[in-house]
Amino acid sequence: MFEALILVLDSTLRLATPLLFAALAGLYSERAGVFDIGLEGKMLAAAFAGAVVSFWTGSIPAALLAAVLTSVGFALIHGFACITARGNQIVSGVAINFLAAGLTAVLGHAWFAQGGKTPSLPREGRLLGMDLPLAETLRDAPLLGQVWSVLISGHNALVYFAFALAPITWWVLWRTRFGLRLRAVGENPAAVDTAGLSVPWLRYKAVICCGVLCGFAGAYLSMAQSAGFIPNMSAGKGFIALAALIFAKWRPMQAMAACLLFGFLDAGAIRLQGVDLPLIGGVPPQAVQAAPYVLTVVLLAGFIGKAIPPKAGGAPYVKER
Amino acid sequence: MSAASSLPRWVDLGLIPLLNLAAAFLIAGLVVVGIGEDPLEATRVLLYGALGWGEGIGFTLYYATNFIFTGLAVAVAFHAGLFNIGGEGQAYVGGLGVAAACLTLDRIFPWWAVFPLAALGAAAVGAGWAFIPAWLQAKRGSHVVITTIMFNFIAASLMIWLLVDVLSPPGSMSPETRTFAEGGRAPRLTGFMGLFGVRIGSAPLNVSLLMALAMAVAVWALIWRTRLGYEIRTFGANPTAAIYAGVSPVRITLVAMGVSGALAGMMALNSVMGEQNRLIFEFVGGAGFVGIAVALMGRAHPLGVVLAAILFGILYQGGAELAFEKPAITRDMIVMIQGLVILFAGALEFLFRPALARLFAPRAIRTA
Repeated sequence: MFEALILVLDSTLRLATPLLFAALAGLYSERAGVFDIGLEGKMLAAAFAGAVVSFWTGSIPAALLAAVLTSVGFALIHGFACITARGNQIVSGVAINFLAAGLTAVLGHAWFAQGGKTPSLPREGRLLGMDLPLAETLRDAPLLGQVWSVLISGHNALVYFAFALAPITWWVLWRTRFGLRLRAVGENPAAVDTAGLSVPWLRYKAVICCGVLCGFAGAYLSMAQSAGFIPNMSAGKGFIALAALIFAKWRPMQAMAACLLFGFLDAGAIRLQGVDLPLIGGVPPQAVQAAPYVLTVVLLAGFIGKAIPPKAGGAPYVKER
Repeated sequence: MSAASSLPRWVDLGLIPLLNLAAAFLIAGLVVVGIGEDPLEATRVLLYGALGWGEGIGFTLYYATNFIFTGLAVAVAFHAGLFNIGGEGQAYVGGLGVAAACLTLDRIFPWWAVFPLAALGAAAVGAGWAFIPAWLQAKRGSHVVITTIMFNFIAASLMIWLLVDVLSPPGSMSPETRTFAEGGRAPRLTGFMGLFGVRIGSAPLNVSLLMALAMAVAVWALIWRTRLGYEIRTFGANPTAAIYAGVSPVRITLVAMGVSGALAGMMALNSVMGEQNRLIFEFVGGAGFVGIAVALMGRAHPLGVVLAAILFGILYQGGAELAFEKPAITRDMIVMIQGLVILFAGALEFLFRPALARLFAPRAIRTA
């Protein structure tokens, strides 16, 4: 029982990692007043770029860089449409998602002729789990030994990075000058403008942060979770991350908790298949899959607290003339 | 859209959409060059595959039928200032309405008696699925964009569960209902198209096309010829002014989203009753999302939606032929073009406007 729980929690961490990167990415952008439903597309584009460069070079730093730069490129298209061209942010996000889904499949098919997949990545081009100190020695110790060596140790670097990013994001946004300005530009851009700061430049910086983090989310999908790119492999994770962000009411530590919850549901759904629960009986796995979305709708409806988005979100800033 | 008034109508409604489309195709062409194919040759194959032969035309119009329904759905919501991204889910559950009518009546009544009931069923279920996000927006202030996205995923889970555990006939392993009998099959337009000398062969073009065109006329009449349509447009243009003028925001949100969901739901007619003759897994296949591109491209006007739907029908059918002829180019190219069209016609709609305004403004003033 205890070992089963440890294993579920272990896969919870793995499944929550891409959600956490994407949710924090959305946090930077949306806190600055640029709504982003294109997290999904940026993740997918980054997953593709990471896998391609990893396959070609076998170098993880180069692959990560490619993933991040690709994602930032897409983020800048979104930024240009929303900030400079003052277009509709939702429409632009939808466009990014389709563009990424189509382009990755077309290029993947043209370059590798395997139905859009990249070939399996070589071992040196993948992000592998690493054992933390003492993992082997403590493995047989009761309780905490299992927690340390199975649950906490043995993940790849991006997992630890993602969970470190939640408090870092909190510190950046709530304890630095940059963070204060970024949040201000999402609540009251006119005040920021009056203070002599450039609203577009601040929003571009936020959108670039968003692109960088989506790049890690995508790289994790194709280089850690799988050994290569598969068309449409983000499979709605960008939207679950968006749900987690709303569920967390646009706060980083709560976003981490929401991603862990949604990751746990995902990990549990796989284990619950064909198991009869006491009182409820068999739960169809689809019900568990739909749970993050249902929970988010219930939260948005204001039945469990109220999710209030940043005030200036969704609107382009037009200087008074 | 304040700059729109300074441009002549033909520029606003004709030239700008064409420029946006040209920009989208230019980038798509560059990608084709990038993967080592000839874009002009690709265009020729695409156009021939979609329009050069009878069956191709049949398939083009079959796809266009789907996109007219979903495009109109997005357009109606646009007029009320609402963005319905949930067309995909509304169309998917709309299939339940069609299946309910067909499964109960297909052995008793002929198709012309079942078809209207299936249409009503699809519209009712689609509207119902859109009603919840609409109610949450109107009463609880939940953003309709986010809730309709969530409802797409909830619809997908619900339909898998229904198809696997409830609707599939005993002993069957595939996630689909039984095949409908004669009464549950909408007739093909083989004879009708034959009148124009087009032999559509085995293309699944069926009477749902006429239904879609009738809906386009109905949407035009609703939006521009009724009091309700005026209220919808007023609310969409300026909610504050509309409320001040006595328009109920709750009512308009519910009605506009209900109509939108009903139109999206009716897409199921074309696929479920017209082509597959059974309810299958993921029959919508992205048509709900294409509706967004179609509505943006068609400037939310029913005539524009019909034309844009035909354009996307050409892309879908021609894209399939292109993938067959040129193995290096897959059908996913169409998804990319769809993204580019949404980007240029939607998010970057103001990109070409200032330059054109400078070009045409003096002339517009002179004629005025």
